[in-house]
Amino acid sequence: MNRVVVTGLGCITPIGNTIEDFRTSLFTSATGIAPFPPYPEAPGPTQGLRFTQTAAVKNFDPADHLASGIIAATDRTAHFAIVAARQAALLSGFLDHHAKDDIAIIVGCACAGRQSEETETIKLYGRDARVHPLTVTRTMASAGASHISIDLGITGPVLNISTACSSATHAIGQAFHMVRHGIVSAAITGGHEAPLTFGFLRAWDSMRVVSPTQCQPFAANRDGMTLGEGGAMFVIETLESAQARNATIYAEIVGFGMSADAHHITQPAPDGAASAMRKALKDANASPEDVTYINAHGTGTQANDATEAAAIHQLFGSLGSQIPISSTKSLHGHSIGATGAIEALATIIALHEQQLPANAGVTEVDPTLNLDVILNTPRQSEQKIALSNSLAFGGLNAVLALRHHLL
Amino acid sequence: MEDIAKHCIEIIAKAKSIPEDTITLDSTFDQLNVDSLDKINISFEVEEAFGIEIPDEALGSIKTVGDMVNGVQKLVAAKPSIPTP
Repeated sequence: MNRVVVTGLGCITPIGNTIEDFRTSLFTSATGIAPFPPYPEAPGPTQGLRFTQTAAVKNFDPADHLASGIIAATDRTAHFAIVAARQAALLSGFLDHHAKDDIAIIVGCACAGRQSEETETIKLYGRDARVHPLTVTRTMASAGASHISIDLGITGPVLNISTACSSATHAIGQAFHMVRHGIVSAAITGGHEAPLTFGFLRAWDSMRVVSPTQCQPFAANRDGMTLGEGGAMFVIETLESAQARNATIYAEIVGFGMSADAHHITQPAPDGAASAMRKALKDANASPEDVTYINAHGTGTQANDATEAAAIHQLFGSLGSQIPISSTKSLHGHSIGATGAIEALATIIALHEQQLPANAGVTEVDPTLNLDVILNTPRQSEQKIALSNSLAFGGLNAVLALRHHLL
Repeated sequence: MEDIAKHCIEIIAKAKSIPEDTITLDSTFDQLNVDSLDKINISFEVEEAFGIEIPDEALGSIKTVGDMVNGVQKLVAAKPSIPTP
């Protein structure tokens, strides 16, 4: 089996549209959560919403990056995908060293071209107007994956994975296994999502899981999640190919675990999350004692954070309260199909720099969770194995095990 | 005719993010780097702006901005007039 390493990083996120800006925000706890402007289609000043903030991508104009025809044929979500993938490919410099049909593209996107779908639906049902002839290409969930392929000329296996909030983590895990088993020699993988439409916000508001203020993972007074958008992409390849071309290695992916709760469409269960973490460690041939950081799913809802803590205690026993843990969602929000990739990016940067990001925006941790939540400032810490958890609605769990590349 | 030309040029300029004064009736779509996706998008915007439907067979024969303006003019002229009460 091949060892698999990360040699390229790219991102368009609410806390930075370059890796450098993302890193700065990550370690200074500069949140991307902010009030959103009124939606023109929304009735009344409150817009029928109990919350006023989201984590939106800022200062991103697709015309700075993409041809007009591509912009016309795509939704905002694909813009994030293409630009983040370009960044990762450029940073890695891997394209000249792998046959184009020996590279995979495996990305996560759950909400597809939501903005285009909603725009055209309003026109159609609201005033019987004609639908734009590029609506189909804009709303395909696989459009981001296809456009990365077209943009970079990659002709190997190309897939989009849709597993709600675990989409990107499932995608990275699948890409990891494909490279590890020699199905391809390299892959572009990650996730992208642009779901911040008025209809999407109203749908989540109706579930009463969105914070009226902002997401505070693991806080005693946590009151829900904050919705976000963005994308993060990685180049992964065999250790052998990375070393042969003297590439910079940001981290090694050593394990991947998946499970299903088989329990409830919205309520998580600890057994499923614990199983996915256990399988990731087994896949990594590692033990619970090797884990030095957990980047939590940590949505800031009562149910998720309590269940995730219970799963950690179930798997790690007495170590559960001693492993440093943080959720970075209070910085970049919850971007559904992309969030696992953005959190994997935070985890990879943490491993690379031996510095763990703080669980921003929280001053008092829920004592009943009994976790070592990193508060206020980043923590310097020699790292071995880090886990990045994604626990989706529907009980679909995916966990990556990553390792500092010099170990 | 002038109004139709002006409006068509505005639509093309917006779609391509280029200045209107770089577009003339003699400009070919190739010169303006209008690819197949741009052409679908621009044709739809023109149809919406003038309340017309460009026939499929005409789409393929439009090579210049002038071709588009002439075609739009004919389609606009052929539109049934709105009956007055």
